[in-house]
Amino acid sequence: MPNPEPVPSSGAETDAVALTAHGLACIRDDFTLFSGLDFRIVPGDVVQFDGPNGCGKTSLLRIICGLGLPDEGEVRWCGQNISQARAEYSSELSYVGHNHGVKDELTPLENLHMAQSLGRARLDIEPAVALQKFGLAGLEDVPARKLSAGQKRRVALSRLLVTEARLWILDEPFTAIDKQGVRDIEALLAEHVSRGGMVILTSHHPVSLDFGHVKCIHLKP
Amino acid sequence: MYSSETVRQHTLGAAFFALFRRDLTLAFRHRAEMANPLLFFVIVVTLFPMGITPETKILETIAPGVIWVAALLAAMLSLDTLFRSDFDDGALEQILLSPHPAAVLVLAKVLAHWLVTGLPLILVAPLLGVLLALPADAMWVLVATLALGTPVLSLVGAIGTALTVGLRRGGVLLSLLVLPLYIPVLIFGANAVGTAADGLPVIGQLYFLGALLVLSLTLAPLAIGAALRISLS
Repeated sequence: MPNPEPVPSSGAETDAVALTAHGLACIRDDFTLFSGLDFRIVPGDVVQFDGPNGCGKTSLLRIICGLGLPDEGEVRWCGQNISQARAEYSSELSYVGHNHGVKDELTPLENLHMAQSLGRARLDIEPAVALQKFGLAGLEDVPARKLSAGQKRRVALSRLLVTEARLWILDEPFTAIDKQGVRDIEALLAEHVSRGGMVILTSHHPVSLDFGHVKCIHLKP
Repeated sequence: MYSSETVRQHTLGAAFFALFRRDLTLAFRHRAEMANPLLFFVIVVTLFPMGITPETKILETIAPGVIWVAALLAAMLSLDTLFRSDFDDGALEQILLSPHPAAVLVLAKVLAHWLVTGLPLILVAPLLGVLLALPADAMWVLVATLALGTPVLSLVGAIGTALTVGLRRGGVLLSLLVLPLYIPVLIFGANAVGTAADGLPVIGQLYFLGALLVLSLTLAPLAIGAALRISLS
């Protein structure tokens, strides 16, 4: 039986900004990936899920996003089930999944403009500047199919900069990213939580932040 | 967090238009693929005079059915491209995670898809009508029925595509799901053209096709959005 360590919840469950999971379970082909998973994430938290391959990390993130349905339990945003508060929850959410959603035929700049149209655009940072910050200067107008795997993931992560969302959900954000890139992303995460953001990520690597600390939740098979 | 002055959520209309324009851009960058349904349509229809008979009397009789069946199959052939690439690269997840209602956003995708695959069929249909010796009176009815009918084919087909996009080999299943729903469009469309060729009024059939269009335009987007959520979960 999987027995994840619950994160100690602080304070009463009110309508304050918080993401809470209550008794989440995921069953795939008669095989229980995890069950009875509870956690509470408040602004300023970075939560890292880790565990061996196939232990349900991606399934869990998809459930938290509302893309997948849990077999048991529920996810609540500010005290409301996310399937009931979908529009409100979605506008506070940025998800960079395993398939990162960067269109090969579009340029990085066009990809970011599309992301801004679908979500809440930040007006204080231009998409071109965001790409520069992610080391993609000069590649703004190259079709994304010509970029390397790491560069494509950088384009996907640039979405986090140009759209405003309190909750970032990142599935293996460091895949195919070089060492300097990993440091850049960690700095970005620290900046986000220092502003009151929340981050949920999966990674096999230890994440070190200058600001705040990373809560690690192990999913055990 | 940032103040509201530095953050702007696009209106639903802006998001709709952005997605519509994105899909047209993507189609334009895949021009070769874009021509496939149109080529299929033209090839199938031009084979009939060669396969059956060049006699105008017989061609005139079969013309409405042949053109409509070919248009229907061409529309069905093009369905697979509707959500496939977005599903494979994760862009569909981003669309469903947008705060805007998925039903409206998918309508932008279906509209762009219809403009690229359905509209060319309508434009080229009169030429094929001439090829099959369709009387001039029936020509505008052919164009009108296709203009009313092909959007229905795209909308209804999109429901089936949304349901089967997660399957590796959903092609046959898609035809089984979608073809029965295409039959009313085919019957009213082909019948209207045939009736017009005989010089009889066709307003009744056109009303029916119009009603089908309104029905699918209002209900199909909801079904497509729900089907995509099922496929992605």
